[in-house]
Amino acid sequence: MGRIRLIWRLAMKDLRHNPAEAVLLLVAIAAASTTLTVALALHGVTDAPYAATRSATAGPDVVASVQEPTPAAPAALTELRHAPGVVASGGPYEIAMPNLVVDGHSDPVMAEGRSPAPAEVDQPKVTAGTWVRPGGVVVERSLADLLDLKVGDRVGLDQLDGGGLGGGPGGGPLRAVGPSFEVVGIAVTAALQPSPLNTFAHPSGFPEAGLVWVTRAAARQLAAADLGGGPLGYTLNLKLGDPAAAPSFVAVHEHGPVDLIAWQTIADREGLVVSIEQAVLLTGSLLLGLLALASVALLVGGRMEQQTRRVGLLKAAGATPRLVTAVLLAEQLVLALAAAAVGLVVGWLLAPLLTNPGASLVGAPGAPALDLSTIAIVVGAAVVVAALATLVPAIRAARTSTVRALADAPRPPRRARWSIAVSSRLPVPLLLGLRIASRRRRRAVLSAASVAITVGALIAVLMFRQHAGSLDTSGGLGGLYRFSGPGDPLWERGMDVMLVFTVALVVLALINAVLVTWATVQDARHVTAVERALGASPEQATLAVVVAQLLSALPGAVAGVPLGIALYAVVGRHSSGAPSAVAMVAVVVLTVLAVAGLTALPARIGARQPVVEVLASEAA
Amino acid sequence: MTNDGSAEVLLSTRGLGKTYGTGEGLVRAVDDVDLEVVRGEVVAIMGPSGCGKSTLLHLLGGLDRPDAGELWLGGRRIDQLTERGLAQLRRDDVGFVFQAFHLMDELTAEENVELPALLAGMSPRAARRRARQLLDQVGLADRSDHLPSALSGGQRQRVAIARALANGPQLVLADEPTGNLDSAATLEVLRLLEGLHDAGLTLVVVTHDDRIAATADRMISMRDGAFVDEVRLVGGTKGTLAGLAGLGA
Repeated sequence: MGRIRLIWRLAMKDLRHNPAEAVLLLVAIAAASTTLTVALALHGVTDAPYAATRSATAGPDVVASVQEPTPAAPAALTELRHAPGVVASGGPYEIAMPNLVVDGHSDPVMAEGRSPAPAEVDQPKVTAGTWVRPGGVVVERSLADLLDLKVGDRVGLDQLDGGGLGGGPGGGPLRAVGPSFEVVGIAVTAALQPSPLNTFAHPSGFPEAGLVWVTRAAARQLAAADLGGGPLGYTLNLKLGDPAAAPSFVAVHEHGPVDLIAWQTIADREGLVVSIEQAVLLTGSLLLGLLALASVALLVGGRMEQQTRRVGLLKAAGATPRLVTAVLLAEQLVLALAAAAVGLVVGWLLAPLLTNPGASLVGAPGAPALDLSTIAIVVGAAVVVAALATLVPAIRAARTSTVRALADAPRPPRRARWSIAVSSRLPVPLLLGLRIASRRRRRAVLSAASVAITVGALIAVLMFRQHAGSLDTSGGLGGLYRFSGPGDPLWERGMDVMLVFTVALVVLALINAVLVTWATVQDARHVTAVERALGASPEQATLAVVVAQLLSALPGAVAGVPLGIALYAVVGRHSSGAPSAVAMVAVVVLTVLAVAGLTALPARIGARQPVVEVLASEAA
Repeated sequence: MTNDGSAEVLLSTRGLGKTYGTGEGLVRAVDDVDLEVVRGEVVAIMGPSGCGKSTLLHLLGGLDRPDAGELWLGGRRIDQLTERGLAQLRRDDVGFVFQAFHLMDELTAEENVELPALLAGMSPRAARRRARQLLDQVGLADRSDHLPSALSGGQRQRVAIARALANGPQLVLADEPTGNLDSAATLEVLRLLEGLHDAGLTLVVVTHDDRIAATADRMISMRDGAFVDEVRLVGGTKGTLAGLAGLGA
C-alpha cells in the first residue's frame, strides 16, 4: 500500500510540475476518446426506437400501396388482405396529395384518410392532442417538428398544382382556396420511414412528401378536388404470421400496380440515417486513435527525455527500475483515465446531435445511455494507447545507468550514413535539416504518419463532398438512396459528422505538429548551437529545423492521398472516383505549408537561443 | 595590454565590457578590457573560475556581444556586426576549441572536421580532402572513421582542434582545451598546440592550467573581469614543452 501511495505521490508531483504537457496529452487522448464514444453510442441505437415504434403502433410488416387512381386499385389491395401469411390488415386507406399551407408557405404532403376508430394494424401513436376527427388534421411528428406545428394551429390543405412536387419544405406559393384544418394531434407511425428521409421519399412509393392524417371523408374530398375523380391512391397495412418473412412476401406479391415494402426495409432506411455516421465515426475514431497514439508517443518521448535526471535522482535515492517504470507509467495512465472520462462525457453530450434519427419514432434515442461496454472500450482504448506509447520509453529510462541519468546525458542520436553522405552535397539548410531529421527516425516516422492520416482524412472528406451525388450508401439497401447534395438531410447529417471528425482531426494534427517541432527544437538545441558556433547563421539554423519537419511532412502528405482514396472507398463503400487533381495538390501543399508555418516560430525561437548558454548548459 | 607596435595586430579590443544582471545583482564579467594580439602570437589568459575569461573569449570570437567597447579583428570592427555577419566571422575567420569538445555524436571524426568547410560552401570532395589532411596533421588519420564515442578524450580534443582549423581561420580561440583531459591527453594537446604555434597560428587560450600557459608567448592574468597582470614569455617554450609541463618527454 505504501508503495502504491509513493508511486501516486511521485506521479502527481511531476504532473503538477509540467501542467502544459499534461494538458496537451489530456487533449490528445480525450479527442480520440470522444470520437470513439460517439461512434459506439451510434452503434445499434437505431434498432431500439424503430422496434419501440412498431410495438407501440402495431406497426405493419408490409405496406402495400397503389398510386394509380384506377377503379381496380382497391380491389387489388383487398386481394392482398387474404393472401397466405396475412393475419391482420388495416385499410385500404385513401391517399390524397394536397399541399400543406402553413404561415405563407406550402409543402406537398400525403394525406391519409383514417377512421376515428383505432386500426388493428398501424394505429399511429398520438404523442400530443387527439386522433383524427372531422375538421381536424393529425400531423406526423417529424413533419410537425420541421414546420414547428403544434396542436391548435390552423393549416390549409390545398389541392396540388404541381408546383410543390419535388420541392423541399417551404416550396410553393400560398393560395387562398382549399379547406382549413385545425391541428388536433401529433402522432408517430412505423409505417413511415424515419425523419429526415420521410420528407423526401415515402416508402409506399408516393411522391416526396410528409405525412398527415385526416378523416377518410376529408381525404376523398381533397383527392376529388385535385383530380375530379376518385382518390389519388390507396395504402394497405398488413400483418404477417411471420414478420421475418416480409421480404419474401413482398417478392411474391409485388406485381401490377401494387407496390410493396417490408418493415425490414423501412428499418434499414432508418438505420441508413446513422449508418453512414457510424461508418465515418468508427473509421474516424480509429484514425484519431492512431493520431492520439502518435501524440502520446511524442509527448511521452519528450517527457522521458526531460526526466532523465529525475530518473537518476530516483534511482540514486534507492528506487528500483520497476518502481521508476511504475511511476512513469502511472503518470500517463492517470492522464489517460482522466482523458477517457472527458471523452465519455463530451461524446455522450455530442452523440444526440448525430444519433437522434428525428421525431418520427417513439423512443428516439436522445442522449444514448453510456453502457458498461462503451465505458470499458473507451477507457480500455485510452489506457492501451497510453501504455503502448509509454511502456518502451519508461522501461528504457528506468534501465538507464544511474550515473548517466544523473549527468542528464542526452540519448545518443542515430547515425544515418546515407543522409550524412547525401546531405554534404546539399545547400546548408538542407544539409543541416536532413541531418536533424535523420537523428531521430522514430520521431520522423511518427510525424510522417500523423500528416499522412490527417491528409488522408481530409482527402476522404473532400471526396465525400465532391461525389455526394453519386455515393452509393446502399450497403444492403440495394442502392435505394443516393445523396442529393446540400439540402438533403442525410447529406447535411453526413457533413455534420464530417465536421466533428475533421475538427477533432485537425486539432490533434496541430498538436502533433507543434509537439514534433518542439521536440525537434529541444533535441537539436546542442547540435544547432555547435553549428552556429561553427558559422551557421540563425536563418540557416531556423530553416534547417523547418526542413527537418518538411522532410517527414512532405512524404506523409503525399502518402495521405492514396490513403484518403482508400479510406473513401472503404467508408463510402465506393470503389471508384478520385479527388480532383487541384484538390489533391491543394491539400498536400496547404498541409505542408501549415507544417512549415507551425514549425517556423519554435524553430526561430530555438535558433535564437544564445549559443554560449546552450553550449554551457550541455557542457555542465 | 598591448604589444610593442612592431608586429601586425590581428585582434584588438578597447574598453571591452560585458555585464550580467542589474542593480545590486550586476556582475561585470568583462570590465574595460584593452587587448592587442599580433598575428602568430599565442596568448594565454589565466584566472580563477568565474573571473570572466571564458566570457572574454566568447566576445572575441563573436559568440556573444559586448555591452561596451570596441572589438577589431584583421582591421575590421566586429562588435557591431549583424548576427549573420557574426556567423560569417565564426565560419571564416575564427576557430573554436571547447573544453567539452562539442563534437557531433553521430558524425565520424572526419565528418566532424569537414562540417565547417561544408558550411562555408566548400565542395564535398574538397571538404573531405581538407578534413583528411587536418586529421593527419593532428595525428588521427587512422581514426578518421571513428565516432567520438570510440575516441579517447585527447583524441576528441584533437579532432575538435582539427575542426577549428577547417576553414583556415586567422584566429583560434581555445576555452580550457585540456580541462577535461588526463595528463597523457593533456600532453597530446600541448604538443599539438605547440605545433600550431610553430606554424604561425594566432591563438588565444583561456586556461587555469599553468602548463598550458607556459606554452604561450604572453600570459595575462584576469580577476573580476579585468586584466590584472601580464607576463611576456620571451623565447617561448619551444623544445622544452614537455619538461615545462612536467609531463615527461
